[in-house]
Amino acid sequence: MYSRFCLLSLLLGCLIQLSLCSDTAVSVQGEQDHEQGNTTAKGRSGESRNKSSKAFPVVTVDFAHVRSPFVVALWILLASVLKLGFHFFPKLSSVVPESCLLVCVGLIVGGLLKTVGETPPILRADVFFFYLLPPIILDAGYFLPVRPFTENLGTILCFAVIGTLWNAAFVGVGLYAVCQIKGSGLEKITLLPNLLFGSIISAVDPVAVLAVFEEIHINELLHILVFGESLLNDAVTVVLYHLLEEYSYAPHIGAKEVILGILSFFVVALGGIFVGVFYGIIAAFTSRFTSRLRVIEPLFVFLYSYMAYLCSEIFHLSGIMALIACGVVMRPYVEANISHKSHTTIKYFLKMWSSVSETLIFIFLGVSTLAGEHHWDWIFISCTLIFCLIGRILGVLGLTFILNKFRIVKLTPKDQFIISYGGLRGAIAFSLGYLLNEKFPRILFLTAIITIIFFTVFVQGMTIRPLVELLAVKKKQDSRRSINEEIHTQFLDHLLTGIEDVCGHYGHHHWKDKLNRFNKKYIKKCLITGERSKEPQLIAFYHKMEMKNAIEMVASGGLPKFPSSVSMQTPRRRSTLSERLLPTLTKEREEEVRKILRENLQKTRQRV
Amino acid sequence: MGSAPSLPAWEIRNLAHTTGFTSEQIEILHRRFLHLTDGKATMSKDCFDNIPDLESNPIKSRIVNAFFDQRNLGLQSYGTVDEITFENFLTTLSFFQHMDENHTKEDLEYYKTEKLQFLFRMYDTNGDGKITLEELREIIDDLLSKTSNTEKTSSSIADAAMMEAANTCGGQMEPDQQYDGITFNDFLQIMQDIKIESKMHVRFLNMDTSAICK
Repeated sequence: MYSRFCLLSLLLGCLIQLSLCSDTAVSVQGEQDHEQGNTTAKGRSGESRNKSSKAFPVVTVDFAHVRSPFVVALWILLASVLKLGFHFFPKLSSVVPESCLLVCVGLIVGGLLKTVGETPPILRADVFFFYLLPPIILDAGYFLPVRPFTENLGTILCFAVIGTLWNAAFVGVGLYAVCQIKGSGLEKITLLPNLLFGSIISAVDPVAVLAVFEEIHINELLHILVFGESLLNDAVTVVLYHLLEEYSYAPHIGAKEVILGILSFFVVALGGIFVGVFYGIIAAFTSRFTSRLRVIEPLFVFLYSYMAYLCSEIFHLSGIMALIACGVVMRPYVEANISHKSHTTIKYFLKMWSSVSETLIFIFLGVSTLAGEHHWDWIFISCTLIFCLIGRILGVLGLTFILNKFRIVKLTPKDQFIISYGGLRGAIAFSLGYLLNEKFPRILFLTAIITIIFFTVFVQGMTIRPLVELLAVKKKQDSRRSINEEIHTQFLDHLLTGIEDVCGHYGHHHWKDKLNRFNKKYIKKCLITGERSKEPQLIAFYHKMEMKNAIEMVASGGLPKFPSSVSMQTPRRRSTLSERLLPTLTKEREEEVRKILRENLQKTRQRV
Repeated sequence: MGSAPSLPAWEIRNLAHTTGFTSEQIEILHRRFLHLTDGKATMSKDCFDNIPDLESNPIKSRIVNAFFDQRNLGLQSYGTVDEITFENFLTTLSFFQHMDENHTKEDLEYYKTEKLQFLFRMYDTNGDGKITLEELREIIDDLLSKTSNTEKTSSSIADAAMMEAANTCGGQMEPDQQYDGITFNDFLQIMQDIKIESKMHVRFLNMDTSAICK
């Protein structure tokens, strides 16, 4: 109780400071804006007058020149303290997902700022796209589970491309039909603005999906399907947005424009991936030489990824796909080269930044709701909501029906429900709406977007957890990857490749095997330092596992009698196990095993 | 390939019935079989040497032996045959078919057990029904492709793997029993979490038999 009280008082302190400094900030701002010309002369003469009449000021208060960084730091501090605070109320955080609570807090803060009389800050699109979004996407891309992603790539691409196009078309055309109804007052909105609105609102948002799905722990397949879709549909959204914005000026849409659109999609998607791969390779190559200066290794990872993002933004390519490609390509080589401490640093910095970004995004969504003007139109907004929901369900159902003909592991109706229910919209839609030109009914669109976001975050976000429990959807299995699993998976890969070769079938496994061999022969030699370039995957995995176990062993205090690949059991069981195993492992062998493990540990420790 | 003798229709129907392939797949595989055997009716082990991609496979010998293993061909005894017919070829390949949901639950369980039996037999080279430490070490040596200085690490990996298996499966044993190898039931238990039986399939749909070996 005492800790909660302290936290609340800390929170209140932050809020008061915030309102105070925006007060002084705005007043100072006001002076600077309106009295620009006079201030300099007056100020200087005033100062000199002050200087001559008063003594030297021992204590001065000059808030203006630290205003910007101070406010930014204060917002981040507020966000972090809030995040901390939620974990003190476990009952609340188990019912309501964190994103909802953050939006509510944003609303409260916005309300507070409004009552104080200041305009609350709006989530500016450039701040969002350049500073808040990249850490989240880089965190997702760097730690993307590559194997399930590539196994389901076809399905994910179908949902991302065809699903998003279908959603955009359905919502756009549906709203256009509604707008044409006489008496709705919306006849001025023609087809193209509606389609543009449809394309903005139809994209599943990675930030929202991450925030909600992180807490419900569903099985890996569903998680990667929805999350992968939210990442890859960025290309479609970018193309549709720019395309429709351009064409709204053009009087006539013909076949040429459609073809250019399709071409542009390929350029945006493949170009983004190419930029990402390029920077990923350079990052991997740079990490080869960082053995003398381990301290800046994490910096290279972050900088090269950020450069990939910015470079792709220069050409209006898909920045998200560039970041994902960069992270995925870079990771195996960088991890082989960098020290263990750098690896931990990268992991925790990425988690920290993405967590803070996510918190800030949701708070600002709440604040921005109260900040801008709104144009509420019952028909438009309720129709948008209905069309979004129905469009998503129809799209998922239709696509799954076709995809199940090709998939080995079929998607059950339960899976389909979770996929369609997990199509959450978020801050990307808001920012894209914010960037719209004035000639569109921007205020109406923004209000509708905010309503949809609130609906998905609150209603869908809150109800998805009880629904998952109700439908008994398979949860994520917490199993650690064991050495047996690794051996058998590798064996099976080789076996399937062999069978494909016997049948003469150049299938999935054949190309994967060719890629692996090419990687081992040429690429690893260039991008990984020294001896580790020749290390087979199984040995690398084994070393990593032993290292992890050894660290755990040391952390739990003292070495147990046996090599640590045994999962922890009660001491009595372990002794009987050891007796059982000893006959096969003679004393010499046991000593040998322990010696090897110690040597390996020392070797891997030296790399740290 | 135009001069290759094709199978009579009744034989194709028969084979489809016993192995579960469709008649198209059987025809394509038959053409492939004849290509590998150079027109002969039976296949021996050196026919597999004609496939260049298989040479770089680390477990090539195990795969080839699996085709000639009597246990896979339905015979209960242990040992290998020297020549296999087309029907034997198909039987071995049928372990890699995909089982769709049209079958009953017992059928699916049966097929899953059959696939895992096939995999188990590939590990258990001496046929005694258990994967011993030696056999595990040989598997790991194969996977590491015998690159230099890996003997010590491969034996420690094998020990670690056996220890893990003993831990997962040995819980039901009496305190005085020894754990000397992974039996098939233990193997099933280990594979439970990995769901390898759903990954163990090859798509037999679009095969272009002309794009192949030498």
